[in-house]
Amino acid sequence: MLRAHSHRIRISPIINKLFTRCYATSLPETSKDIHQPNLNPLGRKPTKESSHGNIFQPSTFTEILDVTNMNWDRSDAPEKVEKQNTKVRHFTINFGPQHPAAHGVLRLILELHGEEIVRSDPHVGLLHRGTEKLIETKTYIQALPYFDRLDYVSMMTNEQVFALAVEKLLNVEVPIRAKYIRTLFGEITRILNHCMSVLTHIMDVGGLTPFLWGFEEREKLMEFYERVSGARLHSAYVRPGGVAQDLPAGLLDDIYMWATQFGDRIDEVEELCTDNRIWKERTIGVGFVSAEDALNYSLSGVMLRGSGVPFDVRKSQPYDAYDLVDFDVAVGLYGDCYDRYLIRMAEFRQSLRIIFQCINDMPQGPVKVEDFKISPPSRALMKEDMEALIHHFLLFTKGYSVPPGETYTAIEAPKGEMGVYVVSDGSERPYRCKIRAPGFAHLGAFDHISRGNLLADAVAIIGTMDLVFGEVDR
Amino acid sequence: MFKHIIRPIINQRFISTTNKLWKPAALSTEYLTTAGSTQAVMPKGFRQPKPKTWEDDHESALSKATKYFFLSEIARGMYICLEMFFRSPYTIYYPFEKGPVSPRFRGEHALRRYPSGEERCIACKLCEAICPAQAITIEAEERADGSRRTYKYDIDMTKCIYCGYCQESCPVDAIVESPNVEYSTATREELLYNKEKLLDNGDKWEQELQYCIDADAPYR
Repeated sequence: MLRAHSHRIRISPIINKLFTRCYATSLPETSKDIHQPNLNPLGRKPTKESSHGNIFQPSTFTEILDVTNMNWDRSDAPEKVEKQNTKVRHFTINFGPQHPAAHGVLRLILELHGEEIVRSDPHVGLLHRGTEKLIETKTYIQALPYFDRLDYVSMMTNEQVFALAVEKLLNVEVPIRAKYIRTLFGEITRILNHCMSVLTHIMDVGGLTPFLWGFEEREKLMEFYERVSGARLHSAYVRPGGVAQDLPAGLLDDIYMWATQFGDRIDEVEELCTDNRIWKERTIGVGFVSAEDALNYSLSGVMLRGSGVPFDVRKSQPYDAYDLVDFDVAVGLYGDCYDRYLIRMAEFRQSLRIIFQCINDMPQGPVKVEDFKISPPSRALMKEDMEALIHHFLLFTKGYSVPPGETYTAIEAPKGEMGVYVVSDGSERPYRCKIRAPGFAHLGAFDHISRGNLLADAVAIIGTMDLVFGEVDR
Repeated sequence: MFKHIIRPIINQRFISTTNKLWKPAALSTEYLTTAGSTQAVMPKGFRQPKPKTWEDDHESALSKATKYFFLSEIARGMYICLEMFFRSPYTIYYPFEKGPVSPRFRGEHALRRYPSGEERCIACKLCEAICPAQAITIEAEERADGSRRTYKYDIDMTKCIYCGYCQESCPVDAIVESPNVEYSTATREELLYNKEKLLDNGDKWEQELQYCIDADAPYR
């Protein structure tokens, strides 16, 4: 409605910008109200200027458009009309939510100039289940399975972050065996996740073959999940105070047998893809993120390391047994999709290295805190000992109360820094549980990263961001 | 003597023999800028290597041209694909062949009975209390013989998230999750299980259930 007026009342540039943002799917508002030359159709400063402080030089078609002031509105001033008749308009397309490369339910409004992305507007929330609010009405034990469902390709790391947060609030130290089990399965989860992310990324840009190989490996890993927890996907295994059950006999041998052959599977994928000219064409120079932008957009994980920032929560704030194992952090040079692919391939190998160390170093001992106020007693004890039975009943009805306090606990999930901010008011249920999902921050930078890239590159960028909508929409 | 004491500890790996790769780099003066961590900073002197230009990789133009025109990397990739073609398939013919299932598997629910035929459930309602999805509804009353039993035990299988908390909480091993996953139905109503259906499941799967519980008993 606002746009329909031919002579609009001059409103301040800030408010004007606000309106521009509100009408996300509409054409960009003219920048004539903002008497600054180097602004793009959104009224923002062009990003190229910000990174080096140089004077903006138009290079892409979009930027040339901005400089020549070939913007449009509904103004019927003659000079405007003349211009409008001679120019090509941007084309807005709707990418997803049913697009196979949208990795679930991402809906992108892409504004295209020819094939070039002028602006992209991710719409999220199609998979919103209100997890954070639901958790407020659940006890700490009951809240745990909800974390499986956040990032449903790296389940145990989600549980791990919640378990670590609650342990921090409870001020308990989990037994060393539980730490090693968590680290082991954290790394198995990382391989599970990277199998999915790298290989669907390759599939999105056209290579179906390695995807099928990767799913064979995922199948084997999910069998390990099933043997240890009873579920292939939503394991509910890592609990505050340790893990649910000890590893079944023989599982470590089988993980070892699997790990000895997995290096070959990585080699095969690398042989097929790493040097492949098609894959390189599609990823080198695509989705470039500078280190500065990566930090400013709060990217984390591979998206950050791809740009050359050597930050890894496992190194900087080691949790569980990560300070007891050796591994290297892969860092990229150029910050494009290809670098991030290489980092993920390197992380496969580092994860494998950690898995071997965990198997070799796996100590004996209990797997959960032996405090029956927090973790349920064993069944044998529960059936014999009255006090244990009382603890069992209390834990499964009332739950345990957590001392008042708040914590932000973050881990290096396969996708990036997965954090959870838990506020406890001293009751059995969290007062507030904010989940910091890495994918959400990555998607927030999508507009910035995809600008100037081509439409076909949007798919490669989505793939490299490793988006899973369980965690983005929560 | 000292070694004599310390060696078994190292062998048991209660302490790690590996070192941290990155030592804490923050000084006490930098402590506040790193959000309280002494380690959340880049290692001192960390610098990326200079990006390589075409002169830096010492590959001859002839070699590059050969690789380019003979599609060497594509051919190598295709060879891997060919190799895969001759490997035995990992897939199974599902309805006829089935994959292994661990004793911990959490599938369809079942209510078990004692060998005497008496139902185990004593209506303590722990499963109802712990169920995160609130899928279980129990109502109980005193039976004619004076024992406390349920007269209603419903599980809404469409709500259930298969977390396994009900079988963990059950003090008498009455409600269990069987290894069965093949219970898909044509209508939604068939998935609203009542007590009869659950007890039927228990009778049908008793052997497997007992086997699973025995196999997993040392870990529970």
